[in-house]
Amino acid sequence: MPASTSAAAPSARRSGRYSVFAIAREAMRLHRGWGRAWASPEPRSRYKVVVIGAGGHGLATAFYLGRNFGITDVAVLEKGWLGGGNTGRNTTIIRSNYLQDPSAAIYDKSLQLYETLSQDLNFNVMFSPRGLIMLAQTEHEVRGYRRTANANHLQGVATRWIDPAEIKRLVPIINIDGPRYPVLGGLFQERGGTARHDAVAWGYARACSDMGMHIIENCAVTGVDTADGRVRAVDTSRGRIECDKLAIVVAGHSSVLAGMAGFRLPIESLTLQALVSEPIKPCMDVVVMANTVHGYLSQSDKGEMVIGGGTDGFNNYTQRGSWQHVEETVRSLIETFPMLSRLKMLRQWGGIVDMTGDRSPILSTTPVEGVFVNCGWGTGGFKAIPGSGWAMADLVANGRPGPLAAAFGLNRFAEGRFIDESVAAGVAH
Amino acid sequence: MLTLTCPYCHVAAEETELAPGGEAHLTRHGPGSTDEAFEAYLFGRRNPKGVHFERWRHLYGCGRWFLAARDTMTLQVFGTYPAQSKYPPRHIVDAIRAARPGWAPDWDETSGDSAPGVGNDPAPNPTPTRDSFV
Repeated sequence: MPASTSAAAPSARRSGRYSVFAIAREAMRLHRGWGRAWASPEPRSRYKVVVIGAGGHGLATAFYLGRNFGITDVAVLEKGWLGGGNTGRNTTIIRSNYLQDPSAAIYDKSLQLYETLSQDLNFNVMFSPRGLIMLAQTEHEVRGYRRTANANHLQGVATRWIDPAEIKRLVPIINIDGPRYPVLGGLFQERGGTARHDAVAWGYARACSDMGMHIIENCAVTGVDTADGRVRAVDTSRGRIECDKLAIVVAGHSSVLAGMAGFRLPIESLTLQALVSEPIKPCMDVVVMANTVHGYLSQSDKGEMVIGGGTDGFNNYTQRGSWQHVEETVRSLIETFPMLSRLKMLRQWGGIVDMTGDRSPILSTTPVEGVFVNCGWGTGGFKAIPGSGWAMADLVANGRPGPLAAAFGLNRFAEGRFIDESVAAGVAH
Repeated sequence: MLTLTCPYCHVAAEETELAPGGEAHLTRHGPGSTDEAFEAYLFGRRNPKGVHFERWRHLYGCGRWFLAARDTMTLQVFGTYPAQSKYPPRHIVDAIRAARPGWAPDWDETSGDSAPGVGNDPAPNPTPTRDSFV
């Protein structure tokens, strides 16, 4: 049974359970009864667990700490606003068609959790398993994706190789015979798709708040206080907060926080950009990733074409990417999707992604006892949010990694035991 | 667009003319070093939010590697200098200090074999300090 039912009783629920009856009730009283989805408490001076970062991964970590381990004395600290980092800046793609076994395990756990997340959280995350195709546009990619399809069979992840004719049937707007990058086939995961990124953060935040956890926004961590190799407290812009355990779940700023705690990470922060077009009528009901040309494309429920590209090559914390990468992404996508050339682009933005050398995440204990890191999701973090939170909660609660996180420790770099997904995934995630 | 002046051919090169090469001034640890030193050399990165020393290659120009000092939060460029410099030269340090009064070098200037301003460093040729992201 979820711990939320019992823990929610003493502190009054703020928003109530969302249901058709709640809508009917609120309709009768002109919608004046909707409460806030999560509380904004003043921070206490001590918590059992402090999670830094109220993005999807941090909130999911807190949620599964409460749901799976009954730990609700938790604060989630957020420098800015909830879900304002990469959680609100990605292209919302969800898939689990990875080559390596540890990746497939954690990403498919994540996909399975996404499938029931709206029910679990009582919050509509608009999960849309519309299917996802990764295009093979070179012979190298054909071989790579056939191999991935075989690996996925062994892992129990349902994917299959499809031919150009089937791709054309699924994606009528595609140019199969493109002069430079003809579509030679694709890796199709029918369970893949998209979800509403903000709703994932909001849903987890509401569920955490209902369990009595504190979500503290506008609270920047300025220092990590350690003694005898153990974490004691964090200094924040809203005062000192003591804790037994500290989970650093801050994506692009992981190196900065690790520096405060006194260790270095094998991470470099780069900017990744995305852009959306003006809304148009429905024209594409699957997600298409074209890794050779560094672009991926889906159509949002509002009708906008959502386009993601590759990262800049240099360290950058500005959340503004280089103009040339937008041009590069669009220029090459137009060869495969000629109709895009007639669209006006509405918005363009960037997020700071935390890249590891093997393009796989880090869920690990650290040199400081009681400090745990969850980072390195790089360009592919959104799809991993539930699985990452599930594995991270296990790690924080037990002090050692469970089966999902075991392969993703920091020690893999010293041991040369990489989980090499940069070949499997190309650049795009 | 980011613009860096190549310290060899003195061309103000735009980002599309350059290839980034990651953190500079790494001390190479190879066979015979400890596991910790080898791992730190291969993977440990400062990745600072602020002043960053980094390698660039003037790919579509003279083709040579050089180093740059740049702020990763503002994209301000403090200057570029030759790749053979063991430490950032004095004019670079001065340019950073002028722009970031609270900043202090985190290397030991006295222990190196190439003190700032000597060695392979040519006459200071400071690039104008500016925000290069346009």
